[in-house]
Amino acid sequence: MTVQKAIDKFVEKTGAKVASYLDACVRCGLCAQACQYHEATGDPRHAPVMKFQPLQQAYQASKDPLSPLWRMIGRAPKKVTEEELSDWQDLIYDSCSMCGRCTLACPMGIDIASLVWVMREGMSEVGLVPPEITKMAHAARDTGSPIGVTAKKLRKILDDVEKKYDVKMHLDKPHAEVLLLDSSLDYEAYQPTLAAMAKILDRLGIDWSFSSKGYEASNLGLFSGEESIARTMVERITEAAEDMGAKTVLAPECGHGYGSIRWEAPNLLGRELPFEVLHIVEFLARMHKEGRLKLKPESRALTYHDPCKLGRRGGVFEEPREMMRDLVTDYREMKPGGVTNWCCGGGGGVVVIESARKLQLESFKIKMDQVEKTGAEGVVMSCAFCHMTFDKSSEHFKWDKKIEDMVQMVERQMID
Amino acid sequence: MTFLQFVEGPLFYVAAAIFVVGVVYRLIGILRLGGERDLARPNGSATGGAILTVLRHFVPRRTFWRGSSFHFVAGYAFHLGLFVLLLLAAPHVAFLQERVLGFGWPVLPHWAFILTAEVAFAGLIMLWVRRFVDPVQKLISTSGDYAATILTFLVMLTGCLALQESHVALRATHMVFVDIWLIYFPFSRLIHTFTFFFSRAQTGATYGRRGAKL
Ligand code: SF4
Ligand code: SF4
Repeated sequence: MTVQKAIDKFVEKTGAKVASYLDACVRCGLCAQACQYHEATGDPRHAPVMKFQPLQQAYQASKDPLSPLWRMIGRAPKKVTEEELSDWQDLIYDSCSMCGRCTLACPMGIDIASLVWVMREGMSEVGLVPPEITKMAHAARDTGSPIGVTAKKLRKILDDVEKKYDVKMHLDKPHAEVLLLDSSLDYEAYQPTLAAMAKILDRLGIDWSFSSKGYEASNLGLFSGEESIARTMVERITEAAEDMGAKTVLAPECGHGYGSIRWEAPNLLGRELPFEVLHIVEFLARMHKEGRLKLKPESRALTYHDPCKLGRRGGVFEEPREMMRDLVTDYREMKPGGVTNWCCGGGGGVVVIESARKLQLESFKIKMDQVEKTGAEGVVMSCAFCHMTFDKSSEHFKWDKKIEDMVQMVERQMID
Repeated sequence: MTFLQFVEGPLFYVAAAIFVVGVVYRLIGILRLGGERDLARPNGSATGGAILTVLRHFVPRRTFWRGSSFHFVAGYAFHLGLFVLLLLAAPHVAFLQERVLGFGWPVLPHWAFILTAEVAFAGLIMLWVRRFVDPVQKLISTSGDYAATILTFLVMLTGCLALQESHVALRATHMVFVDIWLIYFPFSRLIHTFTFFFSRAQTGATYGRRGAKL
């Protein structure tokens, strides 16, 4: 392994934004309190500021405007070593969900998650990525999906869902107005959510379709740090939408999948996209506002979990709340909620990393506590990754709170 | 030329020049690294977001009050105290009027000076102590962080001692530390005086564009 490749990547990806972050940090440690992994373990190593130290070191030795001076006086900072980078792997993958919560506690407003992303880009150059993530990212590149849902398999899955849930699954419909995406998690594990989306769209009279060219919303390249894979994934979707002539691309209940096609895709591809991208909940809230989607509230007490990539990092806070207030009679807000909501601890790929299991479970206690304190009977979310984290963790803790997908609730409660 | 004249005169001008040139060089150096335009369709205002984040991060969010209160109190005591002393202490105004600007403004009465200095000292010492008590800070602090604190402390300490202006030696000592501090500033973490603005504004703009108010 040549550590130089990682360092080169760090340097390449350091622009004014990264540099201002690195040169603003005063090492006050205030970010520590915001991170679920630090709070769960009390280990100072898990403080967010620790995570970007190799990047800082690489910056000081290269692009820092002061670096020529340091070299001149023989005080150039030490090069990041192979050993240091290996030591950092668990900080960069196992103990960071890139949730962005630390930014809110940082007096300098440093976007530490974006620095972790640059770290991941460098780490992936030298293969310092948890094997589970690499495997899934490469499968996504090679088969179209992180768990091997090829276009052929997709057809079969959609056929099965059609029969099982009595719903029409449109695939490769020419000139559909809306291209629907979903994540492999739904294709395989949460099929009721997949079916619910299709049913809602049909009942609303939307002209929609899946495309066998681009159907996978999740983007494991954004977890592993492999930008080329991230690009390939959004390229497929973009081409599918363009071929179809779709005006709108709907991202499913998948937080990072939404971020991927909504916010990252244009920048990964280097061009503006000729269609609108909405998260399914944004879309439903729009229909609701326009009066096209009417709901019959259930008399239940429920709370809503903001997926980090949808809320803090995507700006979608109001829409799910609007829906919640019409889905249940007793909507309860978590504290802290909205922009300061605690991460479920499974994002950024953490939930699939075997070595992170203990840490993830420990951090989930914070989430359980938050939900418990609302007194609600269950928690609603709009992200399959969060859902999987909730499922796995509540199974472990034998936690009895109901875990619900917003889309399924909408489907159950919509009135024609 | 006496030693005092030297540290107040030529050395001060050199130090001030290094300060200004150094800071400008470093900030321009950072900005010159450039970045790419965000091509995603906006869902909010980048400028609005930048302004909001710059302002909002002056005060910790409610959920972080408990964890940030020590820093908040110490940080403001020190920073505000320092700015007040810097801009309103009688000898500073007189110095600036004579040497740099040619005009002056009303100054702090003696008792207010003492009070402000005490507040500023208390703040700085609190921040300093926390650096080697808090487990996270202990782990991440570098010699540079300590050097900046100690140097600032010495500037303030000698400043207070020099208040008896008749003591030429004390005034000269203060000026020596001021000069060193000015020279050291652009090459240290003291640069956060300016970069805090870049950092907050970048985050605010990026996420403000997405409609998230950070
Ligand atoms: S809170 Fe911000 S400035 Fe303080 S140590 Fe963490 S990243 Fe650095
Ligand atoms: S982004 Fe989230 S998980 Fe990562 S360091 Fe910050 S608070 Fe922790």
